Amino acid sequence: MQEPISIQNLNLCIEKKEILKDINITIPEKQITVILGPSGCGKTTLLKSMNRLTDLYPQMRVSGSIRIGNEDILNTRQDITEIRKKMGLLSQRPYPLPMSIYNNVAFGLRLSGRKKKKYLDGRVEHYLRLASLWEEVSTRLNAPASSLSIGQQQRLCLARGLAVDPQIILADEPTSALDPISSHEIEQKFIQLKKQYTIVLVTHILRQAARLADYVVFMYLGEVIEHGPASEFFNNPKTEITKAYLKGSIN
Amino acid sequence: MKNLLDKKARQKYEEKAMLWVMRFSTLLIIITLCLILLTILKKGIGSLSWEIISKTPKGGYYFGKDGGILNAIMGSVYLATGATLLAFIIGLPVTIFMNTCMKRDKRTLYAVRFILDVLTGIPSIVYGAFGFIIMIALHVHASLLCGILVVSIIILPVMIRSMDEAINTVPQGLQESSLSLGITSVAYGYKVLCRQCLPAIVTAVLLAFGRAIGDAASVLFTTGFTDNLPQNITEPAATLPLAIFFQLSSPIPEVQHRAYAAATILTMIILITSIMTRVTGKSCNKNAIKE
Repeated sequence: MQEPISIQNLNLCIEKKEILKDINITIPEKQITVILGPSGCGKTTLLKSMNRLTDLYPQMRVSGSIRIGNEDILNTRQDITEIRKKMGLLSQRPYPLPMSIYNNVAFGLRLSGRKKKKYLDGRVEHYLRLASLWEEVSTRLNAPASSLSIGQQQRLCLARGLAVDPQIILADEPTSALDPISSHEIEQKFIQLKKQYTIVLVTHILRQAARLADYVVFMYLGEVIEHGPASEFFNNPKTEITKAYLKGSIN
Repeated sequence: MKNLLDKKARQKYEEKAMLWVMRFSTLLIIITLCLILLTILKKGIGSLSWEIISKTPKGGYYFGKDGGILNAIMGSVYLATGATLLAFIIGLPVTIFMNTCMKRDKRTLYAVRFILDVLTGIPSIVYGAFGFIIMIALHVHASLLCGILVVSIIILPVMIRSMDEAINTVPQGLQESSLSLGITSVAYGYKVLCRQCLPAIVTAVLLAFGRAIGDAASVLFTTGFTDNLPQNITEPAATLPLAIFFQLSSPIPEVQHRAYAAATILTMIILITSIMTRVTGKSCNKNAIKE
């Protein structure tokens, strides 16, 4: 079951500095939503508040609501780990777990109580194929994950995230540490995956946004300036700031 | 122009001088280490024999000419192993707690680290005296158990801080990535952090073991000394540092030889522990994620 993410009146501040100001957006399901904006505008913070990684920083004060389906994840009594399982995170640079390639993917499966070797073998292969990594690693599944190239590590992280069986993929500039070929592979992956998953991608690369986005959220200095379907956003921007950004005069 | 040249020449001169200071200091350390090792080995190797290693002293450790130092070897091994194990069982959860749950509260974390550093700096004789006071209050006599408890308190801060230093360098991203998979902070601590920092944990444990086996002052009060092998942990036990301390002051050459033998064995245990620390540190980190 897929559900849109609806963010209402979201404010976030660190001490007295406002990082996010009154965010109101709805992120459509089974599409790629790109959160776009210059550095330091709060894109990553917005993404992290969606799976409550903001909990790790007590100095951050969050108010408002983020609804996934009927659940307001900011004000819920539900176990935070259950909420996070609904979302896979791909960070700026890959952080595989300090274990073998196989165990990285099996880690998520074991979390849901699956322990039979045969079942795990099948699922690990499935998710590695889903992340287009199987061909490259099938002969060395027991090698440490740190022996992979950084592009492969990012795909391994994708496979690991998918193995938890999320509905949503949160990606925080997932290609920023990668070479062009690896970046391209990840982008292609996203286009395939959006059939089954809701993808939220943070980027500051305008061309990447144009290539991937179905829906765009444009942020500037902690505020959402404009949001809408990609074609409308790129061809017919409404505000002056957006126009300036698309021309490249804001960074 | 002339000034500038002077400055350059002076800088070069300073550079050379400092280089020599560094070379000299390094050499001094190496020579000191070699001298200590050579002295101990020269006096000790001759004294080492199967009898010394395999027998307890006969006729009293101070006057008896026969027998060996098995009592001290076994006592030290029991004591250090017990203390290290106990400290590890307490220390690992503390370290993980500091680096997962407490991480949000920077001030408390800072205070805890500071306290641990202070505890590390307190001389072990103070710990020994502290243990002794409690023993008197509880009306218990010196025993292996008391020694294990006190020595584990001595090595706890050392162990925690050296694990903590390593775990502290783990990038925040690993925590965020791990939590995003839907695991709890505790599971992150034990399943991810421990693996990532396995070499550091092994190093910390071995370091603590080295400290535990070499400490003389604290066991003087708490463990006592005996010619016999300890049969259970409520009995007093001999230890290598005290075997050196007591037997070296004996007027009888045979007994003095036992002290040299004890020093040799103690040094060798420390040396082997240090080498193991190096080797395991290198071999355990194949899975660790490098930044």
